[in-house]
Amino acid sequence: MSASAVIFYILSFFILATGLLAVTSRKIFRSAIWLLFSLTGIAGLYFWLQMEFIAAVQVVVYVGGIVVLIIFSIFLTQQSGRDLPAPVRSRAIFSVLAVCTGFVLTCVLLRGYAFGRTGRTDGGQTFAGPVASGVPAVDASVGTIGAQMLSTSEHGYVLPFEVISILLLAAMIGCIVIAMKIKPDEK
Amino acid sequence: MPNHAYIALIPLLPLAAFVVLGLFGRKYLRGLSGGIGTFAVLVSTGLSLWVAYRYFFVEGAVTGAYNPVIALKATWLSFSPGLSIDMSIILDPISVMMIVVVSFVSLMVHIFSLGYMKGEARYGTYYAFLGLFTFSMLGLVLSGNIFEIYIFWELVGCSSYLLIGYYFDRPSAVAAAKKAFIVTRLADLGFLVGILILSFHAETLDFGTLIQRLSGPTPQMVGITTASFLGISALSWGLFLVFVGGAGKSALFPLHIWLPDAMEGPTPVSALIHAATMVVAGVYLVARLYPVYMFPGGAVLHVVLYAGALSALLAAIIACTQTDIKRVLAYSTMSQIGYMMLALGTLHYKGEATTLGFTASMFHLFTHAFFKALLFLCAGVIIHRVHSNEMRDVGGLRKLLPLTHICFLIACLAIAGIPPFSGFFSKEDILLSAWHADKLVYGVALFTSGLTAFYMFRLYFSIFWRKPMLVGGGVHSGDAGAGPLRDAGDAHGEAPFTMKLPLVILALGALLAGFVPFSRLVTYDGTPQPDHSIGFFAVAPVALALIGIFIARYLYFKESDRPGRVAAGLGDLYKTAYHKFYIDEVYLFVTKKIIFNLIGRPAAWIDRNIVDGLMNLLATVTARISAAIKGLQSGRVQDYALYFFAGIAGLTVLFIYLYT
Amino acid sequence: MSQVPLSHILVVSTALFFIGMYGLFTRRNMITMLMSVELILNSVNINFVAFNKYLYPDKLEGVFFTLFIIAIAAAEAAVAIAIIINLYRNFHSIDVEDAGKMKF
Repeated sequence: MSASAVIFYILSFFILATGLLAVTSRKIFRSAIWLLFSLTGIAGLYFWLQMEFIAAVQVVVYVGGIVVLIIFSIFLTQQSGRDLPAPVRSRAIFSVLAVCTGFVLTCVLLRGYAFGRTGRTDGGQTFAGPVASGVPAVDASVGTIGAQMLSTSEHGYVLPFEVISILLLAAMIGCIVIAMKIKPDEK
Repeated sequence: MPNHAYIALIPLLPLAAFVVLGLFGRKYLRGLSGGIGTFAVLVSTGLSLWVAYRYFFVEGAVTGAYNPVIALKATWLSFSPGLSIDMSIILDPISVMMIVVVSFVSLMVHIFSLGYMKGEARYGTYYAFLGLFTFSMLGLVLSGNIFEIYIFWELVGCSSYLLIGYYFDRPSAVAAAKKAFIVTRLADLGFLVGILILSFHAETLDFGTLIQRLSGPTPQMVGITTASFLGISALSWGLFLVFVGGAGKSALFPLHIWLPDAMEGPTPVSALIHAATMVVAGVYLVARLYPVYMFPGGAVLHVVLYAGALSALLAAIIACTQTDIKRVLAYSTMSQIGYMMLALGTLHYKGEATTLGFTASMFHLFTHAFFKALLFLCAGVIIHRVHSNEMRDVGGLRKLLPLTHICFLIACLAIAGIPPFSGFFSKEDILLSAWHADKLVYGVALFTSGLTAFYMFRLYFSIFWRKPMLVGGGVHSGDAGAGPLRDAGDAHGEAPFTMKLPLVILALGALLAGFVPFSRLVTYDGTPQPDHSIGFFAVAPVALALIGIFIARYLYFKESDRPGRVAAGLGDLYKTAYHKFYIDEVYLFVTKKIIFNLIGRPAAWIDRNIVDGLMNLLATVTARISAAIKGLQSGRVQDYALYFFAGIAGLTVLFIYLYT
Repeated sequence: MSQVPLSHILVVSTALFFIGMYGLFTRRNMITMLMSVELILNSVNINFVAFNKYLYPDKLEGVFFTLFIIAIAAAEAAVAIAIIINLYRNFHSIDVEDAGKMKF
């Protein structure tokens, strides 16, 4: 059990625990804060996976943008004072049942699937290292990502990039239109 | 008679009147209903007389004997080639006599009702019911098939129910109608079982074939006499049960309780149904099956004999104490029917070929129809005038109702058996055959005829003599007890013409009917029998009747306390007779305490809680299940999300694990 | 990194996914439902990144997917909040069961 494994387990425990608290907390503000912690934990997980750029984006967009947005909307709808009602008993039970069933099903499927393992005959769980095909790992740095994103070659992502920008524009306009308060003229 | 189709018109014309008046009589034909009904029955009567003339005097004279003639026959339900329910019309001496009697008396009642029921609200309905009854009775007597007679039997019972309960806003009338229907229906159960037994063994439902098979040594006869239940042969059971059915309809003891109460109906109805026609249906039935009853070894005629004698005596005793005019007449009817049954039962001991009892019974039926209908119609006139049924309220009506007085007197003399009125001849025949059969029964019948004279003249003197005379519109001074007549205005005289005409005609009949040579026309096998003279045998009954008349005159000619002293002297005997021997109370006890409590209430409980409860349970369960299913479409988006997810998970499992 | 098998990471992300689903089924508040949706989207992101790292270390497709998902999730959250605010104005409640009537 190396240090990185330990870190991973601590991180994943943190993520899951705060996520659970986020969905079961009775006070809405605390729920938002637990969500914040969970998203920060996920960013930590990205750091552990040596994807620093993704981790940074996660923190900037999710934690700094979306959670703040959620907190603002909590204020705007004046919800922060009251307790949230507990869910209906039957619905809670059925949800737990459904969710546990789904989880068990997915885990069973996971165990049976060999994710790209070649030539290994032990069939065990441990997975050692990247695919042994001799291809060197690419360096996931900002420069590489940016170059590939804006390239027009075979593996370039410039088209989805442009589409995303249009989507963001549309979303922006849409939000403004939906949330706009039309004031009646008072003159 | 080459073309017999017109005979079917005899019962069908009143049926047509019923249908027309039933559909339209209430709203459209109110005033004309009487005319329509009367006209239909008038034509029926004409046709009946024509048929009688042709049957007895044209055809009969040819062959020398009056054989049964099947006039019309239509197969209705055929179970097997030998067994079928046909609608057939049979003509033989008794059925021809009966259609004459029934249609004639019905005509008289129709005419009488034109005056009596004038101004009634449901005038049309009344005539419709009368038409229905006439149809049913005519159909009954013309039936040639034992099931057909049962059908008409029930129809007659239904018409009687409708007519007794005619004044349905009176609870007493409703109760009386129910009582009549239930008692006769109960007896009809016996009738039905008897029909089934007889027809099963005889393997036929047709009267002619049945009689032929069960009145001689045939294979069916052997079969029916060897089969037995509780030690009595099936033949006796069948005949006895059929007699029970007849006893119910004819109000013999102990099934007589409905007849006095049936007087709640209008008086012309009592005249028609409960005096002259329906109540003799039982006698007619036994007469129809007489050859089967006669067969040696049939002990059922014992029962007929004693039941008739007992009814006659009992009814006569009760009639001596009653104070309601119509009830006295009802008990008198019961007593006379007892005589008819008694006469039918006198075969057994005589054992000779000449069955006098049969002829005597039919003769008495014939004459009884006339004088009893006359008595009831006179009572109708009296009640119409006085507006009361009680003997206490009437008295001294001689000058007020002169025609009624004469007719009533004629009828009373006829029923008492004074020569030369018609009742004398028929009653003498009965007593003669009883003398030859059973001396005890003869004694009972003799005593009863004395009682008959007594109570009829008690009625006569009480109505027409007892109090000072009333002369139109007022009373002589010094009499304070005139009662309701004080206000009876005399504007319309004694009675309208339509009410007087039937009285006159029936009185003529009561006078002359005795001179019909019955024994030459109506005998059990159709062969005419010579007239017989009665001679000195008649002395005893006539003397007894005269004694009865004089006792009645002594007690009732003038208002006095003599009747009261006699009643007090008889003490408990009088009280028991006055309360009709408490038979009604016994019946009430059985029905209310035993049947209602032990059977009726649990049955009602089961019906309400278990049968209804089961249905309610089904409905409730369905409602609950549907409410639960309804909850699936709650409109809540999270429930739907849950259903989606469950469905996806299920499908995933299905596709991964069950299809690989 | 090399000691932790891929399946462990996948189990973590699956668990997070189902926690988000539970929140989606159970929470009645629209904003908390939105939070659960964010959790679900994040679990998908973890999956993409893990697959990229473990199975295709020479390519960057997983990274791009993740970036785009993050961008789109942000846009979607913004629109959702706008809608919630609008609903709040009409029904004065952000309970998902109170928004029962639709205007036409």
